[in-house]
Amino acid sequence: MSWTRENRWRAALVLVGVVFTLAAPGVLELFTIINLSTAIALAILALSLGLIWGYGGILCFGQTAFFGIGAYAYTIAAINFGGSSWAVLVAILAAAVFAAVLGYFMFYGRVSDVYMAVITLTVTLILYSLLRRTSGPEYKIGDALLGGFNGVTSPPLNMPWAPYMPLFPEHVFYVGMTVLIVGYIICAWLIQTHFGRVAVAIRENELRAELIGYDTRFYKLAMFTIGGAIAGAGGIIFANGVGRVTPDIFNLYNSALAIIWVIVGGRGTLAGPVMGSFALFYLTSWLGTQGTVNNNLVLGLILIIFVLAVPRGILPTFISWWDGARSRRAMQRRELKIRRRRGRRSSDLRETADEK
Amino acid sequence: MKSEIVVETRNLSMHFGGVKAVDRVNFNLRENELRCLIGPNGAGKSTFFKCLTGQLSPTSGDVVIRDFNGTGRLPHEIARLGVGIKTQVPNVFDGLSVTENIWLAARRWHGAARARSLTSQTVERLKLGDIRTDLVGQLAHGQRQWVELGMVVAAEPWLVLLDEPAAGMTHDEIERTVEIIREINQQATMIVVEHDMQFIRMISSKVTVFHEGRILIEDTMDVVTADPRVREVYLGHGAS
Amino acid sequence: MDLVIALALQIIYGIASLALISLGLAIIFGMMRVINLAHGEFLMLGGYTVVVSTNQGVNIWFAMLVLAPLVVGIIGVLVERLLIQFLYGRMVDTLLATWGLSLLFVGLVTSIFGAQTATTISPPLGAIQIGDYSSSAYELFLIVVTVVLLAMVYAVLKLTRLGLVARATMQSDDMASALGVSTKRIYMVTFGLGAAVSGLAGGLLAPVTGVLPSIGATYIAKAFITVISGGASILAGTTAASVLLGGINGIMAFLTGPTLGEVALLAAAIILIRLLPTGITGRFFRKSL
Repeated sequence: MSWTRENRWRAALVLVGVVFTLAAPGVLELFTIINLSTAIALAILALSLGLIWGYGGILCFGQTAFFGIGAYAYTIAAINFGGSSWAVLVAILAAAVFAAVLGYFMFYGRVSDVYMAVITLTVTLILYSLLRRTSGPEYKIGDALLGGFNGVTSPPLNMPWAPYMPLFPEHVFYVGMTVLIVGYIICAWLIQTHFGRVAVAIRENELRAELIGYDTRFYKLAMFTIGGAIAGAGGIIFANGVGRVTPDIFNLYNSALAIIWVIVGGRGTLAGPVMGSFALFYLTSWLGTQGTVNNNLVLGLILIIFVLAVPRGILPTFISWWDGARSRRAMQRRELKIRRRRGRRSSDLRETADEK
Repeated sequence: MKSEIVVETRNLSMHFGGVKAVDRVNFNLRENELRCLIGPNGAGKSTFFKCLTGQLSPTSGDVVIRDFNGTGRLPHEIARLGVGIKTQVPNVFDGLSVTENIWLAARRWHGAARARSLTSQTVERLKLGDIRTDLVGQLAHGQRQWVELGMVVAAEPWLVLLDEPAAGMTHDEIERTVEIIREINQQATMIVVEHDMQFIRMISSKVTVFHEGRILIEDTMDVVTADPRVREVYLGHGAS
Repeated sequence: MDLVIALALQIIYGIASLALISLGLAIIFGMMRVINLAHGEFLMLGGYTVVVSTNQGVNIWFAMLVLAPLVVGIIGVLVERLLIQFLYGRMVDTLLATWGLSLLFVGLVTSIFGAQTATTISPPLGAIQIGDYSSSAYELFLIVVTVVLLAMVYAVLKLTRLGLVARATMQSDDMASALGVSTKRIYMVTFGLGAAVSGLAGGLLAPVTGVLPSIGATYIAKAFITVISGGASILAGTTAASVLLGGINGIMAFLTGPTLGEVALLAAAIILIRLLPTGITGRFFRKSL
């Protein structure tokens, strides 16, 4: 990985994240830290969608499905295993496998963009309605009762292979931030590998990518699966932050939220969606405490306004504005220099003319 | 001694509903040959081309490339045989730079170091050095065509299939393109679909004329242009 | 024998309700290649129209059959003028914008009427007896209405000028503009009609399901599956997919319970889309309406 301008920014961002991770528990109240864990979980979800949509060009309206499956699989496995270590692996694997199976049907079936969006959303909504119906005692996996719309209480994470040492909320915060930062680094690395560049190429022109010999179906499937795994990891943090998983994780509102983070933050960036998720998390929490305006109303307006007015999202718009401003400034400097030189030259000329 | 046949179609047909765009075409191409496919609009040459490249799956018949049955394969499977393909509408990665476009093609077949040197060689060969870092989406039409040609040659194919490589080019650009095609032909067998007669004369190769989904005649440009049937269906408008 | 009739009726009702909730979406998708993510909210608005107006003392039949399609149809025209028309040709942006619209409607209705179920209205018409089994007469009525509605759409497509253009558009996207028809007005009318049909469906279902602001979400998954499985042909696609998916759902639900019925519906749809990415009518009955 070379130290391009993007990577210098990414390194700076990682540094900010690390400093924040170390400093926050000392400065902020416990309640804020617990709340933050949930926000971080959502940020990981945003990151995963930013990767597959922004770089892979895969229009997934149901990224929350993998997030929710991660959360449910973690909870169910942790209850059954009596500890979280294997549950974490099971959760990430479950999300990745689900993404792989769904992705196989879509990519190898050559489903178009728009259909893909609708199918992923539909699958999420069906998970929602299925899990809501699991309230009876007959719906259980091992020792874990699914509990219908009340959901399941999630056992807390514990130290690796030491179920007797559960983590405290601030530790969950550390784990969450670590997953977010490591996930971010992995994504940033991935998009610069050969694999990542091919994924971007497919986003740009799928036929051309095929004509130069890439099996685009495979690349999309791999990207989708990786995205699913990251979202699943986010789900684990979410289950720990909230302490319970309910079918609401799969509802339409949450699917919309994930899309809005990426739209607002900007496709084709990784930091944009992450920042978008934090911003909207605090916006919606604040609106919730105000109780005057309905959240749906505000989010709907935000989505419509961005699609019509800022389709690229905040971060890319800001970057191109910044670049534009910088090159304008550079141009002005150059012009000034030229003008000065020209002025000097013309005065030189005048002097020589005077001498004559 | 005649060289080996490397591309062969047997009774290749492609029907769209009731329209027979390609109708039982038997076509042979020998190694190192440079063949132009011509014909009036709707003659079936582009459909034929798409059947060869895997963009369309033929209704019936076979496509054989070397010993590989390419019938109904996907484009990437055809490309994997060492076939370089350029489509009619420039298909390039608009959001990436010229170098990145070419690198992606080179890197498909080679390791990182070799891909890098191949990329810079190709950029030089096609004289794209000045616009190396520009986004392809912002280039002029002719330049985009060359970038696409660059992606084709960077993979070092032994068979190159080009669909209207000179479409929409200025006269100077066409001359440059002809040079590039001759150069590619040094190492590779080629099929070029084209309807610009000027351009085909400049390439001066054997020509296959398509008409109503079938091969009308196959010979040198001089013979073809002298043939009354060709004059009627294709050049008729100009000659009469 | 009675059981067979009752069961058949149940399955036919399942098929009819699937067609009913999908038809408005199918009209808009078939003619404009626009997938309207606010479709569920159009149904929801139809439901609210009925509940609010009957609470004001309006006759329920008038509210369901006239007011609901009228109100939602007008909303549809407004939406097309204020939002959709700026996004033609940008399918992904249209999807996103209509999703924003969906949230907006949910938010608006929640702000006005609250998040809870609005006062429910009981289905008119009583029960009918089939031997030992009783069946709701209102469900029978809904089956009849769905058939009539499909027949009306058929008539419009077959007999009117709008229908001619619609058929042209379904065959090929550029056809309508090649015909020299003002597609602008056609699109506005189509969107309005699609919305009106959705409003009617939402109104008719309101007595069965009750209404609440988020009820759209329960409809759209099934409506999307039906329309995508069906493909681009409005009538043939919707009918074929409803029969297939509704039938599978009904039979599986009878054999194993409603949860597995839904799973079977989803599984069937996914396999169908894997085999026929352009839907049933993308492969079969291509020339149909």
